[in-house]
Amino acid sequence: MAEAATKSKVDVDFNRIREQFPVLSQQVKGQSLVYLDNAASSQMPSRVADRIDAYHRNEHANVHRGIHTLSQKATDEYELTREKVQQFINAEHKDEIIYTTGTTDSINLVANSFGNRFIEEGDEILLSEIEHHANIVPWQMIAKRKGANIRVIPVDDNGDIIWDEYVDLLNDNTAIVAVGHVSNALGTVHPVKKMITEAHSRDIPVLLDGAQAVPHAPVDVQDLDVDFYAFSAHKMCGPTGFGILYGKKKYLDEMPPYRGGGDMIDKVSFEETTYNVTPHKFEAGTPPIVAGIGFGETISFLNEIGMENIAQYEQELLEYGTEQLQRIDGIRIIGTAKEKASVLSFVHEDIHATDIGTILDQQGIAIRTGHHCAQPTMRRFNVPATARASLSFYNNKEDINRLTEGIRKAISMFE
Amino acid sequence: MMADIHEIQQQIIDEFKALSDWTERYKHIIKQGQNLGSLDEEHKVEENLVRGCQSQVWLHTELEDGKVIFEADSDAAITKGLVALMVRFYSGQTPEDIINTDPTFIKKIGMEQHLSPTRSNGLASMVKQMKIYAMAYKTKMQKGKAKA
Repeated sequence: MAEAATKSKVDVDFNRIREQFPVLSQQVKGQSLVYLDNAASSQMPSRVADRIDAYHRNEHANVHRGIHTLSQKATDEYELTREKVQQFINAEHKDEIIYTTGTTDSINLVANSFGNRFIEEGDEILLSEIEHHANIVPWQMIAKRKGANIRVIPVDDNGDIIWDEYVDLLNDNTAIVAVGHVSNALGTVHPVKKMITEAHSRDIPVLLDGAQAVPHAPVDVQDLDVDFYAFSAHKMCGPTGFGILYGKKKYLDEMPPYRGGGDMIDKVSFEETTYNVTPHKFEAGTPPIVAGIGFGETISFLNEIGMENIAQYEQELLEYGTEQLQRIDGIRIIGTAKEKASVLSFVHEDIHATDIGTILDQQGIAIRTGHHCAQPTMRRFNVPATARASLSFYNNKEDINRLTEGIRKAISMFE
Repeated sequence: MMADIHEIQQQIIDEFKALSDWTERYKHIIKQGQNLGSLDEEHKVEENLVRGCQSQVWLHTELEDGKVIFEADSDAAITKGLVALMVRFYSGQTPEDIINTDPTFIKKIGMEQHLSPTRSNGLASMVKQMKIYAMAYKTKMQKGKAKA
């Protein structure tokens, strides 16, 4: 049977799961939407939207300081997410989970707070050549303030870091290594466990930008032994404006607060203020309560599918997509690392990425074109921009077929 | 004699009316870009780059006999086609006409999505830049007259 031959090996009915995302059943430009811009932001299942709706309608109150029932219930729900996140990434303590507004905010927190406490003049901050701007600019800002220097781990033509260069770059002045777990522009999965072991052998802490990793595979921060781990809710079917910073308690306890305000204090007078404990000392002001509660629901949803299943299914899709794209004349995939997440970044030898993106949009196919907030990556591969199709577990082979047909149509129009 | 700016606007609308679907319309736009030719390398400089474009757009301008001459180029084909339409529309017109006439044809030919100020392809930035040039020339011409 032809159908059986193309069926996924994963024992989850992903087409049923797709039905839980109402946004995907709409028409765009008269055709059914093919959404392949998941690395920019993913879609939300109905149950998360419903949870958010129910909170707004029936449950809202401010958290952490209310004596009344509604406030206590909202606090319980909001704090429950912290436990869910702890279990989801296997953190040792609940207090190691800090709520932020997203990956960018998480990295800024570490750059500022860890940077203030631990980075000194002449120190080095080690980044990779294919970082997202969110994992470059905050470090440049603290480096400038402290008189520290940014050093860059080069990557080879496939987008894999050059191991020996990495090891050579680690030295007594290295204050921190900050790299993406998965590259947003290329999909490279860095050998992070090995990198962390190497850095730790010299007592250097490591931050991982996990924005493109957590949505696609199980992440275990204790197994990785990572010191800081940042990710965003909206890239894993959760709400926007919410993210996580995991940090080892030994660092968080030593780090000063980064923003001042309500909730992060112990005692306040005009002469002196003492601060709350981790994680609350990093969470000033009324937090994004509804997003936090919505994210808790998102984690339950993902757990029910199983991150292992998601990883396996997306790898099948990635393989299929890679094969199909490679069959198109003139198309070259940028980013061919040994281990990749479900990102297909590509260029055509004669057609600009934005032209391909525009013609795909006319056919109801959503991809991203441009530099993907990773201009140094584009320079490394000597391309002004790429077209990027990024897959989620609610995509299927039919989406990829539509993509490749769409690209062929685009190419025919520019001949 | 250069055609009236409103006549050109109508011509473009009529041209696109004859095309049956989006494929034909985009092909026509791409063709406009191919017919535009390329900008001299000496004008493809940083200061002529229009900001806010995902693809690169260069805009060069000169004033000749009270008319603004625009020349432009882009490294992306659809953008270049849209740029070519703008050059056809505005180049050779008086500063006054450029300032007072908006490219309403863009919406009528079904390309309004490209003119959105929030879109990163920067056609809106280009139109703004063309008007800024026209205003500068207008001021220059008025000063010239005042001196004479």
